[in-house]
Amino acid sequence: MKFEGRVIKYGDNIDTDVIIPARYLSTSDPSELAKHCMEDLDKTFVSRVQKGDILVGGKNFGCGSSREHAPIAIKASGISCVIAKTFARIFYRNAINIGLPILECAEAAEDISEGDHLIVDLSRGEITNVGKNRVYTAIPYPGFMQEIMKANGLIEKIRKEKEEESRK
Amino acid sequence: MGMTMTQKILASHAGVDKVKPGQLINARLDMVLGNDITTPVAIKEFRKIGADRVFDMEKIAIVLDHFTPNKDIKSAQQVKFIREFAREMGIVNFFDVGQMGVEHALLPEKGLVVPGDVVIGADSHTCTYGALGAFSTGVGSTDMAAAMATGEAWFKVPGAIKFMLKGKPGEWVSGKDIILHIIGMIGVDGALYESMEFTGEGVRHLSMDDRFTIANMAIEAGAKNGIFEVDEKTIEYVKEHSSREYKIFTADEDAEYREVYEVDLSSVKLTVAFPHLPENTRAIDEVGDVKIDQVVIGSCTNGRLEDLRIAAKVMKGKKVHPNVRCIIIPATQKIWKEAMNEGLFDIFIDAGAAVSTPTCGPCLGGHMGILAEGERAVATTNRNFIGRMGHTASEIYLASPAVAAASAIAGRIVSPDKV
Repeated sequence: MKFEGRVIKYGDNIDTDVIIPARYLSTSDPSELAKHCMEDLDKTFVSRVQKGDILVGGKNFGCGSSREHAPIAIKASGISCVIAKTFARIFYRNAINIGLPILECAEAAEDISEGDHLIVDLSRGEITNVGKNRVYTAIPYPGFMQEIMKANGLIEKIRKEKEEESRK
Repeated sequence: MGMTMTQKILASHAGVDKVKPGQLINARLDMVLGNDITTPVAIKEFRKIGADRVFDMEKIAIVLDHFTPNKDIKSAQQVKFIREFAREMGIVNFFDVGQMGVEHALLPEKGLVVPGDVVIGADSHTCTYGALGAFSTGVGSTDMAAAMATGEAWFKVPGAIKFMLKGKPGEWVSGKDIILHIIGMIGVDGALYESMEFTGEGVRHLSMDDRFTIANMAIEAGAKNGIFEVDEKTIEYVKEHSSREYKIFTADEDAEYREVYEVDLSSVKLTVAFPHLPENTRAIDEVGDVKIDQVVIGSCTNGRLEDLRIAAKVMKGKKVHPNVRCIIIPATQKIWKEAMNEGLFDIFIDAGAAVSTPTCGPCLGGHMGILAEGERAVATTNRNFIGRMGHTASEIYLASPAVAAASAIAGRIVSPDKV
């Protein structure tokens, strides 16, 4: 899996309340949620995000509420991948489970600037900063999580396992 | 190398003798929880699996507490969708308006969690049940969906940080001050991916309500779970609320901890977290002059009976400041009735406070007390993020029920000694 896109960058402790404020949680429709993505932090995000863009954050990205609406909103807004120094653990789980690619890489999160052009090779955990001519290596997914990603999310993985079980 | 409390509980539920930090396991679940915001997404994912029934009708709890009694048509539609699912699946522990309460106050009260359990909930404050010596953690809706179908969840076994509590808290100092003090000390990612284990002789000075408050906010330090050693108070609570069998797990003497902190409870001061992170803590004597517009006393953090008793003790015979709206939200129907019978509502209402039916409401900016631009609130809730309770230019100061009640009287943030 490879992604190429332009960087939108934020700081530390980006919480799920600013990613998608609770006043929009009366729906779980991805395209509705995407309309309000990052609204309480950056009102320009929705108008400037382009399909394939890569979101970069500092430490503890996605902290706070467990709302899966947050990674859903990010994914539906067109973001192809999120890179951060560290992720809050529920957000990390949710992103893997819904198939939003995320990479933990402190070096990349520090060095990358707003507007940089990146190429991300997810299977190798490699992030190439085209303009700065640098390559960063992220912590690769454990095998178990790669299986979830390969199946296109946890639900698809379980569905397939159930199907196989019933065939036996 | 030995195991921590959490590691032992996880090993027992994964059917293995030993687990190590970082190991990926599948664990059997004793309870799976969802609320009115996270469950609709879980139901849609559950349907995709193709399962026609849930793994156990008694081991799923659905609590309609966030946007209820419904605040608008959209949230009413969502709840209707859940209600139909709960009926179809025969979910035993389904709590609608009239029975429901704020989920993390409700489940222990109903005896649905006991020591040694493994619980996941599609709500980040599911870590509350660590107060009972259970492993409980927040997850997302997809995890809830998978768990409803399979009765299992995957976990990365966490490492741990130990908090050795010693001494006795001073007057007015509560579980809220202790956990805010700890978050101020280690930061909002100070326990990222790890367990916070609370132990030491100081634990015996903490009521169960204090312990629920402390475990509740473990997530605000980034922790996977917070957990307390089981003692006589825990057992007494569990026996009073549940007939289920429980199992006590204790940490091995040679269990490994990333760090050990000693916290002298007698030196913890009344603590307030300033906007916009729970780690921005200040002792009450360093707060300065902060005028406020609203006070909220309630939530899964501080909406229990003891919290309301403390607030009433502070407010008795006094009046809420004319520039302040004070909203008090007992967390469950049972707490509501007990508070009413004890005469606490007379004190609140005579003081000019409003008493609400149980709801998460204002804590997450849902309803029942949304802030306008430039307004400031003191809340006994758990998060003071930008826009959490309303306008992005509003401010939330997190505090204990004692400080919140005193601040409601004074119109600015003060210690209960000052009113």
